[in-house]
Amino acid sequence: MSSAPAGTTSTETRIMNFRVWRGDANGGAFVEYSVEVTPGMVVLDCIHKIQAEQAQDLACRWNCKAGKCGSCSAEINGKPSLMCMTRMDTLPKDETVMVEPMQAFPILRDLVTDVSWNYEVKKKIKPFKPRAPDNADGTWTTYQVDVERAQEFRKCIECFLCQDVCHVLRDHHKHDEFIGPRFLVFTAALEMNPLDTEDRIADLKKRDGIGYCNIGKCCTKVCPEHITITDNAIIPLKERVVDEFYDPITRLFRMFKG
Amino acid sequence: MTKISLPQARGFLQTNRKDLWWLQPLVVLLGFGAFIVYSTWAALQGSHYFIGGPSDPGAQQLLSPFYSPVVWDAANLKSGHAWFEGLPAWWPAWMIFSPALLILPFPGLFRFTCYYYRGAYYKAFWGDPVSCAVGEPKFRGDNYRGEEKFPLIFQNVHRYALYIAIVFIFLLAFDAWTSLWNVDSTGAKHFGVSVGSLVLTMNVVLLGGYTFGCHCWRHLVGGKHDCMSCSKMRQNAYSRVSWLNARHMLFAWMSLFWVGFTDVYVRLCSMGVWTDYRIF
Repeated sequence: MSSAPAGTTSTETRIMNFRVWRGDANGGAFVEYSVEVTPGMVVLDCIHKIQAEQAQDLACRWNCKAGKCGSCSAEINGKPSLMCMTRMDTLPKDETVMVEPMQAFPILRDLVTDVSWNYEVKKKIKPFKPRAPDNADGTWTTYQVDVERAQEFRKCIECFLCQDVCHVLRDHHKHDEFIGPRFLVFTAALEMNPLDTEDRIADLKKRDGIGYCNIGKCCTKVCPEHITITDNAIIPLKERVVDEFYDPITRLFRMFKG
Repeated sequence: MTKISLPQARGFLQTNRKDLWWLQPLVVLLGFGAFIVYSTWAALQGSHYFIGGPSDPGAQQLLSPFYSPVVWDAANLKSGHAWFEGLPAWWPAWMIFSPALLILPFPGLFRFTCYYYRGAYYKAFWGDPVSCAVGEPKFRGDNYRGEEKFPLIFQNVHRYALYIAIVFIFLLAFDAWTSLWNVDSTGAKHFGVSVGSLVLTMNVVLLGGYTFGCHCWRHLVGGKHDCMSCSKMRQNAYSRVSWLNARHMLFAWMSLFWVGFTDVYVRLCSMGVWTDYRIF
């Protein structure tokens, strides 16, 4: 068996124990499996191995196995993570690996949750509305420095791990009042686009519940694309809401500017 | 929108995380807690907040940042920094007067409403959440108000606290400059640098790094605009403030520690426990 410590690359095959949550909306429990782990395997490989060899009816969602489709989101040892991007040699080798579905969404079966709420939220956000073209051929002139901020947000793969870890959704169940970090990032990408002319600030305050975010930065910590969600998207949007609704001086300026 | 039912309800502190998730909130609790206790105690003392000046000739003029600016000196003390003589007439007679009581609420408000500190103390002091993916106290449940409603909607005053904090940076920079001078018994001023001068200078550098890395400041110098290429000055200011902002937590902790240490240094020198050694 391997003796490589957690966080280093193992070169040997070893047996590892898993506790995988099995069940549906009516309830469920953790079921134990043992898996032969070979070097280079990720958690999703182990789940596939369990599926192939021990539990053919184990449900899990996956697609690209390269951290780009955002399908295999789950909680590994209690941390929201992509199963395909969690290498086995980064987990404590002597401990049972716990794999369970995301907690902020309704369960369908085993590791699969119903994330359709997110798609409904996205439909409500006002779409991109560009200004009139800058050039006669119907194109716009933009500079890299102007699109840099939005480019970071466009890296999002919609894995919804940020939604899962956000305590406003996970613990307080404010799905009806709060759009969650994913859609604050989406809104920020639109709002900070210099070509866009739409105003979403009132929606952010009155409908999207941006005030519910209390800046715990959990979303930033779990983002597999390393988007600085809180500092670069949510807080700048909060400040734009302050400009519009809470700061008497900026309100006064706006009144005179018209 | 349809109400969704969730799979598993977590109890308080319940989690399947296997790492030391409790360590960071504990360190924050102890760090902030220690600072709050010490600064409150130091502010209530109303003594040992300066060395040098007319009542202490020959020593470099050091003033504790907890007491700067000195609007009125404490009773029977003459720091040489006070703006007005005597005690404020409107101060209630039943209340202890200490110059720091007029000062600390302002930097206190800046830190209390700071975006970094908010996230940190919500976790450490009232478990909202205790840590990421760790169960919260059940009493909050669906009644969670966040910063959407009273009382925490008040956090939106942060930019006004920033404006005051910027004034304090200039005042503390003046104190660092003043610390490079000592007054002899004839009242003449002489240039010199002591360990205390360096302590006060480092204090204003760290506080400046923290203040000018503020999220509000980042917004005000350029972040609120979509077009960065429209102004070279805006672009430069935004990129420099963004550099500081990415290190906001680091500067928040370093400046918190150092401002406390600066008070300790001045206090112990004033009490005669430490000597403020002259470098030249």
